[in-house]
Amino acid sequence: MTSLTRTLADSATMLRRNLKYQLRYPSLTLMLAGLPIVFLLLFVYVFGGQLGAGLGGHGAAGGHGTAHPDRGAYLDYVVPGILVMTVASVALGTAISVATDMTTGIIDRLRTMAIARAAVLTGHVLGSVLQTLVILVLVTGVSLAIGFRTSASPLQWLAAAGALALFAFALIWLSAALGLAARSVETASNTPMFLTLLPFLSSGFVPTASMPAGLRQFAAYQPFTPVIQTIRGLLAGGPVGAHAVAAIAWSAGIALVSYVWAVRLYNRRRAATPN
Amino acid sequence: MTTTNRAAEAISARGVRKSFGKHLVLDDASLAVADGTIFALLGPNGAGKTTMVRIASTLIRADAGEVRVGGHDVAADPDAVRALIGVTGQFSAVDNYLTGEENLRLMADLRHLGRRAGRARIAELLERFDLTDAARKPASAYSGGMRRRLDLAMTLVGDPAVIFLDEPTTGLDPRSRRTMWQIIRELVTDGVTIFLTTQYLEEADQLADRIAVLDHGRIVAEGTPAELKSRVPGGHVTLHFAEPRALRSAAGVLGGATPDADQLTLQVPGASVASLRRMLNSLGDSGIDVEHLSVHTPDLDDVFFAVTGHATADPAEQEALAP
Repeated sequence: MTSLTRTLADSATMLRRNLKYQLRYPSLTLMLAGLPIVFLLLFVYVFGGQLGAGLGGHGAAGGHGTAHPDRGAYLDYVVPGILVMTVASVALGTAISVATDMTTGIIDRLRTMAIARAAVLTGHVLGSVLQTLVILVLVTGVSLAIGFRTSASPLQWLAAAGALALFAFALIWLSAALGLAARSVETASNTPMFLTLLPFLSSGFVPTASMPAGLRQFAAYQPFTPVIQTIRGLLAGGPVGAHAVAAIAWSAGIALVSYVWAVRLYNRRRAATPN
Repeated sequence: MTTTNRAAEAISARGVRKSFGKHLVLDDASLAVADGTIFALLGPNGAGKTTMVRIASTLIRADAGEVRVGGHDVAADPDAVRALIGVTGQFSAVDNYLTGEENLRLMADLRHLGRRAGRARIAELLERFDLTDAARKPASAYSGGMRRRLDLAMTLVGDPAVIFLDEPTTGLDPRSRRTMWQIIRELVTDGVTIFLTTQYLEEADQLADRIAVLDHGRIVAEGTPAELKSRVPGGHVTLHFAEPRALRSAAGVLGGATPDADQLTLQVPGASVASLRRMLNSLGDSGIDVEHLSVHTPDLDDVFFAVTGHATADPAEQEALAP
């Protein structure tokens, strides 16, 4: 067996383990889906009327599906932001599940076996990416149910799904590395918190043009903004080109650096159980 | 510099040192385990037994010294070692969220056994370890003995040539302990080498071909169970008599015994069945009545005292163990 086929086979085995967990304990997936849905409803129904009025025709043509035209416009504006926020908040769960897994005896056993180096982590990461896609479908379903409308073609939907999956892959590797770097499960649940904050400091909820200078520059150059603008462009028919290039570059860069970091941490890690 | 792989040695360790922070856990420990034998590393909690297993099983690296398993250096070629070994730790290494069967399937898949061979091996192991009825229950619902059996079954999925058992019976009830011993004995008949750690002299005595005693990170004694026990003066029989005359006659018949006139007891060295039979025969031949007798077999404390001059649990060690 070559090392590549061994890596693939072992990763698939570990992925099956993680999917079994998710199917056996679906409450975790539902909990992770809950947060972005609550934010969606909160932003659309509580702030949406006011924020939509401030968009000034920035979003797609509003007024459909909901009684309030400004709220409808804001819904169309905010859904890409909510989708990317979903990716970030699901990624958070990976740090916790990786850190928890590392405290169990089974990991020590796996580390004494001749299995592909990254397989344990790859199983976690791919499991979380699939989980993210399921949750994205749920969140999109709720968005459509409360009146989100788009002119996107199936190809544009597919491209949006691809961009979200790629970004999820990157953030989940980052989260897995943070989970390994944490000394305890409690720390692991805190360190990736900044990921849920970053969507707010981007073009996700309000246009960056409305922000003060320093914040505006930060928002323009942080990775969430090009990803959100790419999704927005694909779903609402805006420009995509430069944003898509930036989004792919950020995703690939974060994924690569996090992967190398995570695998190094995993291999160097001291045994989980005490002497 | 010799690089020959002595095939007769399944495990060899030379001058192994390891410390965690300021605490020296292994101090120049050396040992050799012959192929196809059971080797027991005996010592109290905190002696460094688990650390030795962790180093030999590639989980952690030694600070100094060399450990070879199946001829491969554990530090230089860990993957070659991992392909040979199976480890059942003191801390359960089963996946709690998976069923017993799924745990075994995970191992079969990671050992690339293939679907059919894997299924056959899993069924065989479930049967052999009496887990067939519990195969579809999550491991978290298993009793201590069942978990330990599942743990060992998982270790065996890949047919390892060398098996590390870190305190395989600690925390088990006496019946489960006997079952485990039986399983371990059967393993060596298949030709595997077993390295086990234990706190119990009886366990080492029951199972091992050779025993090394570890104390504060140093190997303080090494030999066959018989050699080790011969260094322990603790094995004796105490005879209790109803009246002083019987005690005096018995002391006359049994040479080398120590009488205690106040307690009306006689302490006779040697606690083996053979020496016991000889003693009872000579007492019977002389028509001496013994009220009752008690047998004191040497335990870890006796071995420890004999080879180290101190008891197993001194205050300094308790302190070192404190978190």
